Amino acid sequence: MSIALEVNGKTLQVEAAPDTPLLWVLRDELKMTGSKFGCGIAQCGACTVHADGQPIRSCSTPIEALAGVKITTIEGLNGDHPLQVAWVKHDVPQCGYCQSGQIMAAAALLAEKPRPTDADIDAAMSGNICRCGAYQRIRAAIKDAAASKSA
Amino acid sequence: MNKPVTLSQNGTTRRDLVVGASLVGGALLVGCSPTDILNLGAKKIDFGAFGPFIKIGADGAVTVISKHIEFGQGTHAGLAAIVAEELDADWSRVLVEQSPANTKVYQNLLFGAQGTGGSTAIANSWMQLRQAGASARAMFVQAASTKWSVPAAEITVKDSVVSHASGESASFADLLKDAAKIAPPAAPALKDPKTFTLIGTQKVRRKDSLAKSTGTAVYTQDIHLPGMLTAMVAHAPRFGAKVASFDDTEAKKVKGVVKIFKIATGVAVVAENTWAAKQGRDALKVTWDESKAEMRSTPQIAQSYAKLAAARSDGVAFESKGDATKAFGGPLHTAAFDFPYLAHAAMEPMNCVAQVDGQKVKLTYGCQGPTMDQVNVAKAIGVLPGAIEIETLTTGGSFGRRATVDGDYVVECARIAKKIGGFVPVKLVWTREDDMLGGHYRPMVHHDLAIKIGADGYPTAWRHTVVTQSIMKGSPMPQGKFEAAAVEGVLGSPYLKVTSVVDGQVVMAESPVSVLWWRSVGGTHTALVMEHTIDQLAAKAGKDPVEYRRALYTKADAKRHLAVMDLATQKAGWGKPLPAGTARGIAVHESFGSVVAQVAEVSIVDGVPRVGRVVCAVDCGIAISPDQIAAQMEGAVTYGLSAALFGEITLKDGLVEQHNFDTYRVLRQNEAPTVETYIVPSGANPSGIGEPGTPPIAPAVANALLALTGKPTTSLPFVKA
Repeated sequence: MSIALEVNGKTLQVEAAPDTPLLWVLRDELKMTGSKFGCGIAQCGACTVHADGQPIRSCSTPIEALAGVKITTIEGLNGDHPLQVAWVKHDVPQCGYCQSGQIMAAAALLAEKPRPTDADIDAAMSGNICRCGAYQRIRAAIKDAAASKSA
Repeated sequence: MNKPVTLSQNGTTRRDLVVGASLVGGALLVGCSPTDILNLGAKKIDFGAFGPFIKIGADGAVTVISKHIEFGQGTHAGLAAIVAEELDADWSRVLVEQSPANTKVYQNLLFGAQGTGGSTAIANSWMQLRQAGASARAMFVQAASTKWSVPAAEITVKDSVVSHASGESASFADLLKDAAKIAPPAAPALKDPKTFTLIGTQKVRRKDSLAKSTGTAVYTQDIHLPGMLTAMVAHAPRFGAKVASFDDTEAKKVKGVVKIFKIATGVAVVAENTWAAKQGRDALKVTWDESKAEMRSTPQIAQSYAKLAAARSDGVAFESKGDATKAFGGPLHTAAFDFPYLAHAAMEPMNCVAQVDGQKVKLTYGCQGPTMDQVNVAKAIGVLPGAIEIETLTTGGSFGRRATVDGDYVVECARIAKKIGGFVPVKLVWTREDDMLGGHYRPMVHHDLAIKIGADGYPTAWRHTVVTQSIMKGSPMPQGKFEAAAVEGVLGSPYLKVTSVVDGQVVMAESPVSVLWWRSVGGTHTALVMEHTIDQLAAKAGKDPVEYRRALYTKADAKRHLAVMDLATQKAGWGKPLPAGTARGIAVHESFGSVVAQVAEVSIVDGVPRVGRVVCAVDCGIAISPDQIAAQMEGAVTYGLSAALFGEITLKDGLVEQHNFDTYRVLRQNEAPTVETYIVPSGANPSGIGEPGTPPIAPAVANALLALTGKPTTSLPFVKA
């Protein structure tokens, strides 16, 4: 059936069953492949997007739950978000597969707490797994982006 | 033609290829070199003027062709920097492109086959790419010399600009047409490493960070081709089981499911998209033939290993020195260690895109071992290995998982695509559960030690038995007298070099559970066994662990071990007071040609070891990218610590108990240590960096826990589920 989704400021009609997870609609139907498939059970965070500004796991969120909700994906950050600038400055990514989700989780954190403490970062970012172990660069880049934003 | 052809004579046993004549379906082999055999059917590649590793565009931008996959380890930046240094190219305008599969041109010079692994990418490419860069530079210099009528020796090159003191100056773009006409010199002069201006500096940074921070980097999972189908496979829940029968009544009802059929590894569901494939796969009812399946549980397997170690009747000697019959009288230091199966759990689960139409085959995926995958796919679907075109994409980690000896998921995808036919693209998607239950684990390992200690507190006789499964068995690779990868790190240890009597045996155990190399391979267990034992011997001798090691390294003339240990302990403040409840542990381990020392600061929080700070010192020869060396140390410590703290795949009646990240716990942001990296200056050729940082972290933590609690570690993980 046809469902309307608001993604990155655009209303898009998608043909999918209502119980289809948002991740597979984004990736297979809309060909927006920045959000990644990592675990399928909301354990790794690679699929993180924003729903009305809140970070959600798109692999476990059916599209029927998203009527009238503003969805933002990594493609919606436009490449010049202070976090993306900081990510490049610190060469955060290794394999890079988790980084869309890391950045989306961090963006939601900064929107709520512009100057996060280490404890804030632990709390907001521990749902996002990085098997390459870029954790300390992720932390440094978040702090850097926070500083540049408030400067 | 039963005798296999060994492709490499240079001692890299664990990933060398051996190709039997049967692999190429009776093709005429007389007069063929092994590389020719592997390249049978390959298209001739037309390289430009600068050879297979360098392309220079009309705008003067330099593109370096990487024969190695980039999956996080920073290889693309490192390889490009080698070329850029000798070419004196403008680093900001250097790009990297992935090579196609071609064993002849793009082989790993240490393997005799194309492939990335064993932390060899930089080491095997070092002279090859320096020469390629120097050769291209010489062509530009010669072109300018002719054009300006000045001696070539007086010409300088900097940041892609060629100049002469007379005031003449031209860019690579300006000189491109003339340079391309000049024959590349056979033996171009290379720079003195002391004059390097790019290598070894902070300028050498990754080229892919922007793409990977914007979601635009393309992984296998992201491939969408016109008419593409997506496949999932119902795999046997027990290793060694086969499909007996299946009922696809419900699966066929799922909207979007196109085809369902049996393949060698299970039942394939082919659908219009990923979600339909998954729903179809989950609706299948499969009955499995488990007559040859692994039905045991982990404790039974571990007990069988301990028995094999005690019996020593099936062992092969990996080291035999001195007279072992008389050396082990009286009291001994004895110890046993058990290590579990480990999943690699790379962030991107295994996947592949295949297109097959008769002899025409294309694979698009994160390919770590092009030659090996070509050989395995060729055998499985009956084509010539070189005819299999491979487009290698970056991939969401591997840690060894994508370099399979049996073709695994790649062969599975090729079989499905062959059945679909017509060159229709088929993307095989494994879920996290498929990936975690899919075997190819770091093998279980058991170590038994009995050590005679001399009056001075140092070992005089060392008996060591290792029991594990073979990674190489059944692979088209040389088997050797014993599996070196199972004992690397015991074999070659400076401690054993200075012990008069050594009696080392390795015993191979059998199981249908498939096993594979896992970042740092043998070092994942041998480093803990050796380094933790040394700390226990030091404690028995009443000596500081660093001073105890120093005596042994000095006697063994292990200068690199001494240098990294001194640097790490100095930076870590070894011996300086720490807050109550925190202790330091040290470990030093050599692997893949590099030596790494780590000092870990450890406390215990809620019964769980908490690692705060890790200081690394590394000698990896000439450091090409200090920043990426640090990144690899950070990553290797995190990866190794994750496994040491939490990692274990266990079986209950043959069924794997961990299915996803909810039950296979991995290290997260709130548990991550702060890692500092210090590099020992070196003029030696570069050695490995992707793996050598992994082995020392487990023993460094175990040694800190020993200092903290007095209790030795006898198995991993530290935190049992």
